[in-house]
Amino acid sequence: MRLALGMAAMSVLVAGAAPAGEIAPKDVVYDEYGAVETSLTGVPGDPANGAAVLANRGTGNCVACHASTALADVPFHGEVGPMLDGAGSRWSEAELRGLIANAKMTFDGTIMPAFYKTSGYIRPGNAFTGKAAETPELPPLLTAQEVEDVVAFLMTLKDE
Amino acid sequence: MTRANKTKGLVAAAIAALVALPVVADENAKLIVNDEIEMITEAPAPDHMENMTIIRSGWTFRTKETQALQMDDFENPGMPAVDAAMDAWNTVEGTAGKACATCHEGPESMKGVRAVYPKWNEAAGEVRTLTMQINDCRTTNMGAEEWKYIAPEMVAMEALISMQSRGMPVNVAIDGPVQATWEQGKELYYTRFGQLELSCANCHEDNYDNLIRADHLSQGHINGFPVYRLKNTRLNAVHDRFRGCIRDTRGETFSVGSPEFVALELYVASRGNGLSVEGPSVRN
Ligand code: HEC
Ligand code: HEC
Ligand code: HEC
Repeated sequence: MRLALGMAAMSVLVAGAAPAGEIAPKDVVYDEYGAVETSLTGVPGDPANGAAVLANRGTGNCVACHASTALADVPFHGEVGPMLDGAGSRWSEAELRGLIANAKMTFDGTIMPAFYKTSGYIRPGNAFTGKAAETPELPPLLTAQEVEDVVAFLMTLKDE
Repeated sequence: MTRANKTKGLVAAAIAALVALPVVADENAKLIVNDEIEMITEAPAPDHMENMTIIRSGWTFRTKETQALQMDDFENPGMPAVDAAMDAWNTVEGTAGKACATCHEGPESMKGVRAVYPKWNEAAGEVRTLTMQINDCRTTNMGAEEWKYIAPEMVAMEALISMQSRGMPVNVAIDGPVQATWEQGKELYYTRFGQLELSCANCHEDNYDNLIRADHLSQGHINGFPVYRLKNTRLNAVHDRFRGCIRDTRGETFSVGSPEFVALELYVASRGNGLSVEGPSVRN
């Protein structure tokens, strides 16, 4: 329902143009299980930067909800979502890309935020100020390349 | 994710005795203030709550050290504000030349009041929070200036009034003339706000007892308000907390004192029906 509204809103609004060669949030194609086959940038992801994004409160902040042994040196891991160890064995690269871009396409109604989406929100704010957003479309929580970097990092999390 | 830690019992107690758990609260601890006031910190969920069976005060989620601060009024850092409110209670202000004490005698006359607010005010035909009622007395009965909705004077006065009901179970009405407002509050509680698309329920119903980064999520009750937070070292009003929680969803908050927050306060208060009034309580 909300998703449908979101999509409608997106098709009415004109998204800010993505840099050349990047797939803009509204153009991302999800398959019926929520996976995204095509790289958002065509540039291979950097797992080291991906790890930084998972830990950074201002960008991914994935550890707020997920624990990960590979990030043991980052303080305070949450337990809202499942442990990420072995994610690279459980999921394909395309599935992980879809999960990060918009986890609601994989898990209907999940608590996990959509990181590569720009509209369809209820009372969107201007980051963490509590004030209204200044534009009808928000910058996505992660850039296209950050999504690719996160996916590259997750792919390194293999089962022993 | 795991709810295993909710299955409490001898096993857990035995493990707790063996393993030191530095950040985890002792959820079976008893809250008795000044060795005298016994608080109900765990109770059966009110009938209107569909998804929960047990309700627990935010106190049960805090560390031993934080819990201890609330067990003795000499250590409770919210108490100096209560002393200041006691002075305000006796101070004549406004064109009518009256103090709260002129009409209400001692603050003990407020026993039981906190437990039933927000409540319907027949004459005004509105749902009133305690804050709105205090301001109505200031303007209508005293001819004094309103206090700002979350001004320190206001929050302190609420602490003084809450204290008179400590230990009494929260018991706000949800039907009759308040029902529409209550429904509105419930709707807000389950709305997924902001760019992170999170509702109150996502954190405080689906994930209480889980850590979100360093924070041990409680059920988000307001029976302890006003709350002295160690984080900002002052007493905090209910709407101040609501505002912070919506801001953290990267959402646009509502204003303190707005109809939306009044409705949300009524609904959230009713989720705590059966827990003791604790204000002023202590949290991190
Ligand atoms: C607000 C909490 C929250 C945040 C923040 C969050 N997630 Fe999740 N995530 C979840 C939940 C909950 C699930 C489980 C899906 C479900 O059943 O709803 C999940 C599922 C996943 C999964 C699949 C789980 C598996 O089997 O391995 C991966 C991978 C994942 N998240 C990665 C991330 C990454 C990477 C980030 C940061 C960019 C992130 N998550 C941020 C809550 C969150
Ligand atoms: C001129 C007399 C007068 C003064 C002064 C006054 N009040 Fe009141 N107050 C009333 C009346 C009358 C009521 C309504 C009584 C009722 O219907 O329960 C009331 C009700 C209240 C209630 C609600 C009680 C309930 O049971 O719901 C609170 C709380 C309250 N006053 C606080 C204050 C405070 C705090 C002050 C000082 C800042 C104050 N009042 C000053 C006359 C006064
Ligand atoms: C992203 C998760 C999150 C969301 C969404 C959220 N909160 Fe909170 N809330 C917290 C955290 C973390 C705390 C501090 C620890 C605790 O008491 O749970 C907190 C504390 C509270 C408290 C204080 C409890 C006490 O005992 O002092 C209340 C009340 C509260 N939240 C209400 C709400 C309401 C109402 C909403 C919806 C408008 C909401 N929260 C949404 C995370 C959240």
